[in-house]
Amino acid sequence: MTGRPADLEVGSELPEQVSRVTRADLIRYAGASGDFNVIHWNERVAREVGLPGVIAHGMLTAGLAVRAVTAWAGDPGAVVDYQVRFSRPVVVPDDEDGAEVTVRGRVAALLDDGRVRVDLTVTSGGEKVLSLARAVVALR
Amino acid sequence: MTLDAGLVGRSYPPSAVYEVGREKLAEFAAALGDRDPVYRDPAAARAAGHPDVIAPPTFAIVLSLGAGNVVVEDPDVGIDYSRVVHGEQRFTHHRPIRAGDRLVATASVAAVRSMAGNDMLTTRVDLATEAGEPVCTTTSMLVARGGA
Repeated sequence: MTGRPADLEVGSELPEQVSRVTRADLIRYAGASGDFNVIHWNERVAREVGLPGVIAHGMLTAGLAVRAVTAWAGDPGAVVDYQVRFSRPVVVPDDEDGAEVTVRGRVAALLDDGRVRVDLTVTSGGEKVLSLARAVVALR
Repeated sequence: MTLDAGLVGRSYPPSAVYEVGREKLAEFAAALGDRDPVYRDPAAARAAGHPDVIAPPTFAIVLSLGAGNVVVEDPDVGIDYSRVVHGEQRFTHHRPIRAGDRLVATASVAAVRSMAGNDMLTTRVDLATEAGEPVCTTTSMLVARGGA
């Protein structure tokens, strides 16, 4: 995307993105991020601390969600601000399918200097897992 | 326990230098299932106008997690890490992080709040190059659940 397209308006929707997250993905993310919190890989400990099971790293969910924005913008470097609020864990069952994370996005505001604010709705199992997910993209 | 409002503004010594490597960026992008070549192919990154491969927008968490630990481990903060969950996270990018960057992280306490028996601690981590060029500011809100 070069510059802010003339037909871009508040309410424009981003293509929906559906990702699957399996236990193997959690292990891979733990290694890549350095976040080895045991609740992301050990069912026994996760249950002991009152969780329904092993849960995804919040930052894995946030990282998957912003892919919808970078893919749409065409350049990941265009994301100048990204904020999330974690509201509900993504429980990842111990099977081949894992959990599904669905990301929908819409243009929420046209800002100065060609920047655009995109608000994301991120759900798993029909429930919102991020109560706020918002990116500011500088379309150049 | 309640966090001391006097902690707000407290700053900690800068971290050791973190050198951003191409392989680490490719590994992090792969862990997010992201195949964008701008994360792993220097030629594609240059074609997109970057000097080298860049980091996904959430990569800074790798540095800010470690840097933020100095706050959590500060005895004056006295937060019980076993009761901590991640509440909010924000990244403000002054420019994309890229391979070859030698970054220094400086942590500080941005806010403290207590609500419904929970303590909320907001830490800020400023990432800059060794030369002092600002690259990214992260803010993390941690919730220490009450009941202890």
